[in-house]
Amino acid sequence: MEAILFYLTATVAIFSAFFVTQCRNPINSALNLITTFLCLAVFYVMLEAPFMAAIQIMVYAGAIMVLIIFVIMLLNLGLAVKTRYTHGLAGGGVLAALVLMVTTHFVGTGTATGTGGEITSEVIATYGHTELIGKAMFVDFLLPFEIASILLLVAIVGAVILSKRKV
Amino acid sequence: MITVNHYMMLSAILFTIGTFGVLTRKNAIVIFMCIEVMLNSVNLTFIALSRHVGNMDGQIFVFFVMTVAAAEAAVGLALMIAFYRNKDSLDTDDFNLLKW
Repeated sequence: MEAILFYLTATVAIFSAFFVTQCRNPINSALNLITTFLCLAVFYVMLEAPFMAAIQIMVYAGAIMVLIIFVIMLLNLGLAVKTRYTHGLAGGGVLAALVLMVTTHFVGTGTATGTGGEITSEVIATYGHTELIGKAMFVDFLLPFEIASILLLVAIVGAVILSKRKV
Repeated sequence: MITVNHYMMLSAILFTIGTFGVLTRKNAIVIFMCIEVMLNSVNLTFIALSRHVGNMDGQIFVFFVMTVAAAEAAVGLALMIAFYRNKDSLDTDDFNLLKW
């Protein structure tokens, strides 16, 4: 059952990711990208990380994709699509095939070591995934969390300054 | 039985598709979306390995990757709007202001 769900979702994810790179209209690419994000959220649920699945849908499929689609529609790129929309297909294809060969070789020949941490399925079932994430984030990773908030503030200010007509 | 290797193989395939898109497309927003595919494939690796090792740290890393992706989206799209105002196109062949 799990295997069927995995292969079905993986097929959908791979095909929609491929169509992101091949669709002529950017809006179609964006919709395919949302499908990929939803498939990845399914994988996160299968990996017993339901909080990350919720964040994936809310932040990626919600916030970031709304921003991208907003910009595509604001700039009216559907009309700006030129006759030639790709370049370097041969070189890019060869390089991508090389990347695929190297990565699948490393993943296929090696085995992942280091099992047996303290977060098991029973612990997740007892405490809940959200509580474990919150504990890790606000106890062990408090300083990176604060730095990330500063980063977001700087990004907001930068976006406002960059898109102003007159500084 | 689905092992961590299956997830890493899927993640490798998604990363390759993202690389292919970045290398071959001309529209800057589509290139941006292909980068998002690559970031998401890395997130999948992080969560699969975090589950495999039995440690929460990988999932916190995914959180920070998402933060950086959101900041990147805001700044990158503002840059594209500024560029489109000057050049009336988002074709990467027109990004040649620093060429001589």
